Amino acid sequence: MNSSPFIWLLAILTLQVYSFATEADDAAAAQIFLFGNESEPPSIDPQINTTINGNRIVSALMEGLIGYHPTDDNLPESGVAESWEHENYIVWTFHLREAKWSNGDEVTASDFVYSYERMLSPEFGAKYAEFLYMMKNAQDFHQGEIPFAEVGVKAIDDKTLRIELEGPTPHFLNILKHSAWFPVHPPTIEAAGGMYKQDSNWTRENYVGNGPFNLKSWEMNKVLIVEKNPKYWDADTVRLNEIHFFPTESLNTDDQNFNNGANHYVNTVPPILIPKYIEDKDPHLRMEPWLGTYFYRFNTTKKPLDDSRVRKALSLAINQRAIVRRILKGGQQPAQGNTPPGIAGYEPPKLVSYNPKRARELLAAAGFPDGNGFPKLSLIYNTSELHSDIAEAIQQMWKSILGIEISLRNQEWKVYLDTLREMNYDIARGSWIGDYMYPDTFLQMWQTGDGNNYTGWSNDRYDNLIRGSFSEIDAVARLEMLHQAETILLEEMPIAPIYYYSRIYRIDTKVRGWHPKLLDNHPYKYVYFEN
Amino acid sequence: MLRFIVIRLLQAIPVLLAIYTITFFMIKAAPGGPFDAERKVPESVLEKQRAYYGYGDSLSTQYFRLLKRHITFDFPPLASVPGLTSGDIIKNHFGPSVQLGLLAMLAAVLIGVPTGTLASTKPNSLFDYAPMSVAMIGICLPTFVIGPLLALVFGLWLGWLPVSGWFEWKDRILPALTLGLFYAAYIARMTRGGMLEILGMDYVRTARAKGLKELLVVFKHALRGGIMPVVSFFGPALAGVVSGSFVVETIFQVPGMGRHFVQAALNRDHSLILTTVLFYAILIIVANILVDIIQVILNPKLRYQ
Repeated sequence: MNSSPFIWLLAILTLQVYSFATEADDAAAAQIFLFGNESEPPSIDPQINTTINGNRIVSALMEGLIGYHPTDDNLPESGVAESWEHENYIVWTFHLREAKWSNGDEVTASDFVYSYERMLSPEFGAKYAEFLYMMKNAQDFHQGEIPFAEVGVKAIDDKTLRIELEGPTPHFLNILKHSAWFPVHPPTIEAAGGMYKQDSNWTRENYVGNGPFNLKSWEMNKVLIVEKNPKYWDADTVRLNEIHFFPTESLNTDDQNFNNGANHYVNTVPPILIPKYIEDKDPHLRMEPWLGTYFYRFNTTKKPLDDSRVRKALSLAINQRAIVRRILKGGQQPAQGNTPPGIAGYEPPKLVSYNPKRARELLAAAGFPDGNGFPKLSLIYNTSELHSDIAEAIQQMWKSILGIEISLRNQEWKVYLDTLREMNYDIARGSWIGDYMYPDTFLQMWQTGDGNNYTGWSNDRYDNLIRGSFSEIDAVARLEMLHQAETILLEEMPIAPIYYYSRIYRIDTKVRGWHPKLLDNHPYKYVYFEN
Repeated sequence: MLRFIVIRLLQAIPVLLAIYTITFFMIKAAPGGPFDAERKVPESVLEKQRAYYGYGDSLSTQYFRLLKRHITFDFPPLASVPGLTSGDIIKNHFGPSVQLGLLAMLAAVLIGVPTGTLASTKPNSLFDYAPMSVAMIGICLPTFVIGPLLALVFGLWLGWLPVSGWFEWKDRILPALTLGLFYAAYIARMTRGGMLEILGMDYVRTARAKGLKELLVVFKHALRGGIMPVVSFFGPALAGVVSGSFVVETIFQVPGMGRHFVQAALNRDHSLILTTVLFYAILIIVANILVDIIQVILNPKLRYQ
């Protein structure tokens, strides 16, 4: 074949790609952010939503007392609260600014009281109600034992909110950034069936928010559009005119959309393409630390996993570096502990590392020299190519280092959750993403009988340290107690930490005001396009 | 004819009831429920949600309550999409699926029937082998391969069509073509088979002997009988295609029914699963009845029975 027509064809094709201004270029010029949000959130009511994708939308529409800081998750950013003070970190007083709801109403302290009552009402059944348990008497009210008047939240006047906590909480401002603490507009809720209506539809009918953006339109599985809210108190800072959230579920489609100039942001890069984009030095690719840990749970109620030496042997025989470098390739870090690094003032203990020799010794000490007599355990994970690759690698590592055989079982998501809850497993994949910048978001769950423990592991000293930290007023001493607790956890190893997550996404190079964030919270009011 | 239709409709009732019952108990047999999440939710909250969305009672209570609500078109609230009912889902998402399905079938017929006819008139020649080999590839290649391939060529390389979305008419082309090519391949093969059989029949020979033009013989006399297998295939295929294709809808980001079918099952949302399954079943039944009617019209032999 004569190659010249072929080359011409290629050249034309290539030109086609670069010769026209794309949709994304036009949108950038109009300060419209085209955002690939990966999936359709079931709800954008801040008190019903529990998904990360939903939160990306909710945080454009609503604002809590404390906002997201543009660069550092450890720092508070003034939201509806203009200033605040506290007594011993227990009683907090917030002075609200002149802020308005999108319908023009004033945002008042009693709106927050109403919102927290809704969140905690047993009738409403909010899934994240437990986030508010740190307020005095909140748990008792949620369990229907006392009236709401006894809960530690009061509107002193229209612009002064007083929150009394169960114990001193130096990091309370960090916790307040979570959407569980966002307000809702009481008259709107009342008009849409009242405080207790579990599937209140106000978010689809008449979204009244107090955030930098208003809901413009929402077409399920198609696009959700928010537009700049002129009534927002800091509207002068907001430079984007609109954000279009596309619920594109297929990672490949989203990636093609980005390459085709139809998006400014894709939430996830297909794992198979990460090495290619790294090699191509793709200017859009971002790989940034994320506050999350990937680990394996051990069922400590089953033999031989009830022996901490066995658990430790299994953990030390995992070559985390190989998994991160050869399988994941996306900037993840080997997990040396349970809590990822980055939380101000907390240096997590580094007790987990690859040590095949020590692993073999521990297994021998537990009565299984060279794996002899070790029962065939099974490892479960929810169906995903990545989980399966990691599990196969670890299966192989355990076989070659410890001489033991395990079987792999993948399960569909809900089946996996059911197996976990029933503790009907030996070893199970798990992961945890931090809710706020404080180590207890990673440590509370391992207390005896905690709803997220699922390992059967129980340690009195651990429980006492965690519970003790809740009443410790000195911030340094408090972190020290958590550090001790985490040390116990890592010595006992009901879990084998594997790696710390990273956020892998692609974003247009024209986007400004978007910074790496450990919690992946990006305040849109600072985001804009440099054209 | 009317009597025939009425009987067929009456026959559909036990069929639908059986489908409803089997589906209901299969959902309930699957582990997990709509309220399960990675993060543990307090039992008191779960109880409230189960009670509100109707998952708390005994299976028989749930069964009859859901049945009653479905029969009266009073669709229950969805646990997986708070604020909406399964009726809302059908109302909002059936449209795009119908559009996509009809366009796909149109493409399938326009490509499949002429190709198959052409192949049958020159059997075992290049005109037969070439299109039939392409058709075989069309059947073998799944939509999740053809779809991204078309998007790559027409979207990324040529820049003619959008890669995904459902906003303007251009967005319709690639998904309809992806879905249609698969059916076009089937239709071409079926047309060829049907036509070969008919072209060897006496009445076709008679037509030729009368001195009719070949074109007239093939398209007026033979095709009518030759596409019979296509017609009987067409009904259920159409029902399947308009009730949504999960793969094509996901690849091209089409807000149709197919994704809800799969999501409902993954979420264990009994109301949405039952609604989508019943809806699909009704479509198939209606499509089959229509096919029977069309066959009677096309086939004179059936007309007098």
